[in-house]
Amino acid sequence: MTEAAPRTPLVSSRASRAVWAPTLLFAAALVVLPLLLPNAYYLDVAIRIAINATLAIALNLLIGYTGQISLGHAAFFGLSAYGSAILVGEFNWPPSAALLASAALVGALAYVVARVILRLEGHYLAMATLGLGVIASIALTNEVGLTGGPDGMSVPDFSILGLRVVGEKAWYWVFAATLVAAIVLAGNLVDSPAGRALRALHGSQTAARAVGVDASAFKTRVFVLSATAAAVMGSLYGHYEGFVTPGLAAFPKSVQLVTMVVVGGMASIWGSVLGAAMLSLAPELLARFEGFETIAFGAILVATMIFLPRGIAPSLSAWLQRKGS
Amino acid sequence: MSQFLQSIFAGVTVGATYALAALGFSIIYNASGVINFAQGEFIMLGGMIAAFLAALGAPLALAVACAVIAAAAIGLIVAKTAIEPARGAEVTTLIIITIGVSMVLRGGVEVTMGKGGHALPPFSGDKPIVLAGATILPQSLWVVATTLVVVAALALFFERTRLGKGILATAHNRLAAQLVGVDTRRILSVSFALSAALGAIGGILIAPIANTSYDAGVMLGLKGFVAATIGGLGSGLGAVAGGVALGLLESLTAGYLSSAYKDAAAFVIVLVILLVRPSGMFGAASSSRV
Repeated sequence: MTEAAPRTPLVSSRASRAVWAPTLLFAAALVVLPLLLPNAYYLDVAIRIAINATLAIALNLLIGYTGQISLGHAAFFGLSAYGSAILVGEFNWPPSAALLASAALVGALAYVVARVILRLEGHYLAMATLGLGVIASIALTNEVGLTGGPDGMSVPDFSILGLRVVGEKAWYWVFAATLVAAIVLAGNLVDSPAGRALRALHGSQTAARAVGVDASAFKTRVFVLSATAAAVMGSLYGHYEGFVTPGLAAFPKSVQLVTMVVVGGMASIWGSVLGAAMLSLAPELLARFEGFETIAFGAILVATMIFLPRGIAPSLSAWLQRKGS
Repeated sequence: MSQFLQSIFAGVTVGATYALAALGFSIIYNASGVINFAQGEFIMLGGMIAAFLAALGAPLALAVACAVIAAAAIGLIVAKTAIEPARGAEVTTLIIITIGVSMVLRGGVEVTMGKGGHALPPFSGDKPIVLAGATILPQSLWVVATTLVVVAALALFFERTRLGKGILATAHNRLAAQLVGVDTRRILSVSFALSAALGAIGGILIAPIANTSYDAGVMLGLKGFVAATIGGLGSGLGAVAGGVALGLLESLTAGYLSSAYKDAAAFVIVLVILLVRPSGMFGAASSSRV
């Protein structure tokens, strides 16, 4: 018995309407956006936001909904990017097959990792995930023969069914599509009985177990799902960028992803989109404060968390509700 | 044999720094339940400020004293401006705050003291002492001796003084501590200042051996976290044991296995220990409440 409660049609239809309306609006905005962006630079920024938003949504399922922290999530992103780079570049695999193989490998790795470390809690889980991430990036840096070492390696173009994906314009549609898919899938998952079980886990593992939620099975599934999503994005990103470096898997990237989730709002899918947009734009906007951008970035982070401890999106919607009533 | 001894000397020296950093982690964790991801920046601050002042011509003792006091003051400011206003927030929120603080500190040092590396002169010469075929730098003796003195002073502080007992009481049970009149907000500030000073001392001691730069704190902080976790978060004895064990492990890995994977060894061992004993070597087993 894993379901926390039977699914009733009433709840489902109301909830799905609430999910679909903003999603359709958002998808429409994504379709119009390229027409408004003056050049490839802005398209590139939009692509980076979409990638980070998809990653943040995947990570939010784990951190925000399930209450399990991961300070090493970039490892899955980076390892899969290298997987694709090596399989396509060195072994001449078709890019789509390489993407599937990398995602499957990383998913399997995540499964093993999850089985072993998800019994840890709180700071100990933070330490364990952080450690795995650091080990992955050190391995990528030092296995020079396979990965090109600290200098990284180049990645051939992506193609599927003879169709090559080249240039910001083409890639924009790929990443816009993955982002919308992530929003829809995550929305459905959160709204399902499994989603309720996850939130029960976040509230209290012991209590969730007592009402029949198989805690470790659920945690493992979410961890694998979240890691595999990051892996797919990693492979695609490698092809888009045309180059991969060990930094993709390193601790700062993991921290950046967690920051997006927390600043945007835990357990909020739109919050993750917002958080990813803000934190991807911030370095671009702060770049003019030469040398001071790190200070400004850190100060903004601290201030946001002090004044909006639950994150921007939940605080915003609470404020709107107060105003409405 | 002499290579083994050499590795042991190097390991204990670095391990002493890790021990001080781990103690800082544990003190703050005890006082507030916060894992301070800015702890490594205090190690960096200590080394950088001392080296900066020494380069300006300040006598070594003055530079060292100023660096420790400055780090403690910055720790106090961090507690007052960033941690105290966010009291009661979720653990992940607090982690992000300390990460934000670490960025501000790193950026601040980068802007004021530059991106280049800094070196502090050794406290008493750099003529190596030969011991059973292995050499040992006088600075290593300073590191180990100072760490021993600091640890002993800390033990006295926690056992004998009202403030130290207050910190322990708060760690044990915040509400009960408040009920018997402990000012737990002051405890928070004191523990941040104390941890910052401990980190800075470690950073100053190691600066003459390993050059320091504005971004040196990240890895040192993570190592301190590893050492504190190995020993069991919140355990003072564990922090010291964990620090020394980690230093030894690293230098033996570098000496006998691979220097490229020296940094990875720390994280491999912490994973193994967490899997065997999920609450560290000296940590109390935890039980959660519904």
